[in-house]
Amino acid sequence: MGDHLHGPDDELLAVVGSLLALVGTIGYGWLVAVTHRRGWPRRRSLAWLAGSVLAAATVGGPLAEAADTGYPAHMVGHLLLGMVAPLLLVLAAPVTILLRALPVPIARRLSRALSGRPVRVLTEPAVAAVLTVGGMWLLYATPLYPAMHHHRLLHAVVHIHVFVSGYLFTIAMISVDPLPHRRSYSHRAVVLVLSLAAHDILAKYLYAHPPLDVGTAPAAVGSMIMYYGGDVVDVTILVLLGAGWYRVTGPRRGRKVMLVSA
Amino acid sequence: MSSAARDAADGRRPVEAGRGGSTTSGVLGGVGLIAFVDETVFHQLLHWHHFYGKSTAAAGLVSDGLFHAFGFFAIVSSLFLFADLRRRHGLWWSRWWGGVLMGAGGFQLYDGLVQHKLFGLHQIRYDVDLLPYDLVWNIAGGLMIGMGIGLTARTRGGRTSTGG
Repeated sequence: MGDHLHGPDDELLAVVGSLLALVGTIGYGWLVAVTHRRGWPRRRSLAWLAGSVLAAATVGGPLAEAADTGYPAHMVGHLLLGMVAPLLLVLAAPVTILLRALPVPIARRLSRALSGRPVRVLTEPAVAAVLTVGGMWLLYATPLYPAMHHHRLLHAVVHIHVFVSGYLFTIAMISVDPLPHRRSYSHRAVVLVLSLAAHDILAKYLYAHPPLDVGTAPAAVGSMIMYYGGDVVDVTILVLLGAGWYRVTGPRRGRKVMLVSA
Repeated sequence: MSSAARDAADGRRPVEAGRGGSTTSGVLGGVGLIAFVDETVFHQLLHWHHFYGKSTAAAGLVSDGLFHAFGFFAIVSSLFLFADLRRRHGLWWSRWWGGVLMGAGGFQLYDGLVQHKLFGLHQIRYDVDLLPYDLVWNIAGGLMIGMGIGLTARTRGGRTSTGG
């Protein structure tokens, strides 16, 4: 019986995903080249590349095909698209390098646009958390999951939401790029812990109440992937959050005169 | 309650040798440690616990998730607080260890009484007579709390100059 779902070939999403990753990678590479005199940490470029490739791989190619026919594979894809790829892309600090590479007047306009209300609301930790965790509950605890496999547009929309909401959440927590406003570390930590808890609760809930059309055995595997995989990424974010706190609360080194601001 | 502010001669800003920091870091560390031990030893290595208990109330599921998540936070925050205390030369070892014991014992007791018994989320081990396991588990928790309180209470006399 299993949980094989008959779905349309989602070539459109695969093509779009690969194109976006390609364009994004080339664009980022061009930005790095333009700002080469100032230097840019190589690990950030690598993070961007890895994140882009990972994201593209979940919507097109063998992993995507496996995900369409098996719940555990789907869950791996979800984890990569919604948590791992966003983390890598956020750490690559794309906005920072974009602002550096652009001519000043354009950079200023972009900066102003990014400080506007919509961005502020979307990068509010609690809002991002509801979007990403709430979206998960909606997807797996309602008929949305099997429906997604039967409607091409829904399939695409769900994947886009998974990625974008995961990206917004990661930004809200540990963005390297400048943000219009930042919540305190305590605030972010609280939201992160609650999100992690909700994520884990959902994973265990799904163990006993599998998504529609998913069998007991695959559901068990999928739940554990969700639980432990989510743990790994969220704890990584937690550690990065702590490292940020540690960095800014450090006592100043014993210099009488600060020649360069810290 | 005096807070001894030490003026360092080399220009570092005065450090508040307050008591709260060390205890807090210790308590968080203890909670995180026990949560981690519980997860690795009992779930993974011994497979005594199950990923999902047979009789699970919704409240128990929520409690389990919250404490699982909080456990991670506890370890991570404890370590960063510890590192911060060290660089400020504000770590008070006795208080820190006292905190660890209180935190560990407290969480163990919570797990043993509330999660295992009240919520019935999972038991220590299945298909065995539970009483000896429960007794050892909860008594150990109680002992840790006692030792932690004792250690912390002993420090009320004040801190030695070397922060002992």
